[in-house]
Amino acid sequence: MRPALLLPALALLVAGLFTVSLVTGPAALGLGESLSALVRGEGEAAVLVMREIRLPRALLGVMVGASLGLAGAAMQGYLRNPLAEPGLIGVTSSAALGAVLALQTGLAAAFALALPLSGLGGALVSVLILLMLAGPYGASLTLILAGIAVSALAGALMALVLNLSPNPYAAAEIVFWLLGSLADRSMVHVWLALPFMALGWTMLATLGRGLDALTLGEDAAGALGIRLGRMRLVLVLGVAASVGAATAVAGAIGFVGLVVPHLLRPLVGARPSRLLTASALGGAAMVLAADIAVRLIAPDRDLKLGVLTALVGAPLFLHLIWRTRRAGI
Amino acid sequence: MPVSARRSDLCALLAALGFWLGAALPAAAAPERVVSMNLCTDQMAMLLAAPGQLVSVSHLAADPMSSAMADAARAYPLNRGQAERIFLMKPDLVLAGSYTAQASVDMLRRLGIRVEVFPPETSFADARAHLRRMGRLLEREAEAAAMIADFDARLAALRARSPDLRPEAVLYGAGGYTSGNATLAGEILDAAGYTNLAAALGRAGGGALALEELVLARPDLVVTPRRYGGQSRSEALLDHPALRRVAQGHRARSGARWVCGTPHLLGAVAGLVRLREAGR
Repeated sequence: MRPALLLPALALLVAGLFTVSLVTGPAALGLGESLSALVRGEGEAAVLVMREIRLPRALLGVMVGASLGLAGAAMQGYLRNPLAEPGLIGVTSSAALGAVLALQTGLAAAFALALPLSGLGGALVSVLILLMLAGPYGASLTLILAGIAVSALAGALMALVLNLSPNPYAAAEIVFWLLGSLADRSMVHVWLALPFMALGWTMLATLGRGLDALTLGEDAAGALGIRLGRMRLVLVLGVAASVGAATAVAGAIGFVGLVVPHLLRPLVGARPSRLLTASALGGAAMVLAADIAVRLIAPDRDLKLGVLTALVGAPLFLHLIWRTRRAGI
Repeated sequence: MPVSARRSDLCALLAALGFWLGAALPAAAAPERVVSMNLCTDQMAMLLAAPGQLVSVSHLAADPMSSAMADAARAYPLNRGQAERIFLMKPDLVLAGSYTAQASVDMLRRLGIRVEVFPPETSFADARAHLRRMGRLLEREAEAAAMIADFDARLAALRARSPDLRPEAVLYGAGGYTSGNATLAGEILDAAGYTNLAAALGRAGGGALALEELVLARPDLVVTPRRYGGQSRSEALLDHPALRRVAQGHRARSGARWVCGTPHLLGAVAGLVRLREAGR
């Protein structure tokens, strides 16, 4: 497919899935009925269902997916390593730990923005640790091993915090924070996360030219006038803001940032700058599709999104490791 | 031949007498040191026991989140259900729930202590049966019978106030769990003159109810539980803006009185009846 056609096609796909997401749900609402309730505000109860329950769910699907896809593409471009993905390298689990701390200490109840902010804080710490350990080239082994350690630690601390909570339901929610879900989120969550995500997207979007230059190597990029230190800072903050806010409201959804850039890379002619926008759209499509699927497969079970993304993502991850190994990196 | 036959008859008679004595004697004396290790047996025992008969109740009985008799329970030493501690209290009767840690119950039985197990009550009929059984175990049958008669009279008076056209109520718990008719909470709704929406939505036995379905059904009353401390996503659902809008002015809280099969159930029924009558 020509790159010029790719973005409109992806945008169309996202719009289609967004609509399907809006009309999917346990409440028996007809297609016309639900859309007219959403747009024109007809039918009191139907309006409540559409505007307060399904719209935030679909919006969060787009926002969370775009954040994860974009962050994955940006990190892979910067580290020149296809395995760099927020979920695999521990960024999402650290963000989840931050969010859990904000909720359980009561900080989020006292000050609403504390939730996305501490998700951001958790993500920031892990991205910094990883970049410090992995070095400028992001050697696969270091990256993955550091990711395993950071994920395990963040997951264990999160389980500890939730087990110590006085709330009897809290411990049962470890699985939500590890696998992610969009069930029963409201517009409150959309408004909490959106500013941080938008900030993160804006920062990551500015990296395009630098990432293209980096494909020629660090020295060549430097000669082209790219300031690597500044680029790295923007990347860290952008990833932390978008992934941190996404995880704070939807839990840790893995593999989106791995699968989407991998599938789209050949279609954009291996230009990292083009891959950024394409991956944002692709990520949105993937999370929307997964969220539609969990509602169709198990309507009253609140199946977690991470289950589906891992079913698609983990085999691909193994395949990538296999290829990386054969390439002798 | 006749002599030996007579002798064997005598032996059988003696054996039977001995067996009868052996079985009847321990039960003949009322238990003097009773320990309860389950929230519901705690409350039934506190209601029925003679002064000094009940030695200890579980720590849950003193927790106002779960116990309708938290103040009364503070007068007793509290136990946390460990077999060792309970054994050291030298009980002659231990009351446990069927969800009490099975290992502790087995251990106490191995140590030769009589343990009586009560399943959770799921109906008013269970409540009556359990009060009667508790009366028998504590040798307080007369008190139990009087309590049941009083319970029935007050329940009948509350039921008599039910309207012909019953409003619809839904029980909505953490994580979107709704309780059906065959539960204590369902029976409280019924006695208070409401129909349970769970049945109309195809969940007569209870189960997960999506917020969407609840919103579309527009119940006349939404009953949600009291909140525990700390935070959880399951309970955050009860703050969802859509639920708040639907339940605005039509919300009631369930609580400790809804949990166990004691006459405190009637307090929950009376609360809902007052709410329903005030709403008209």
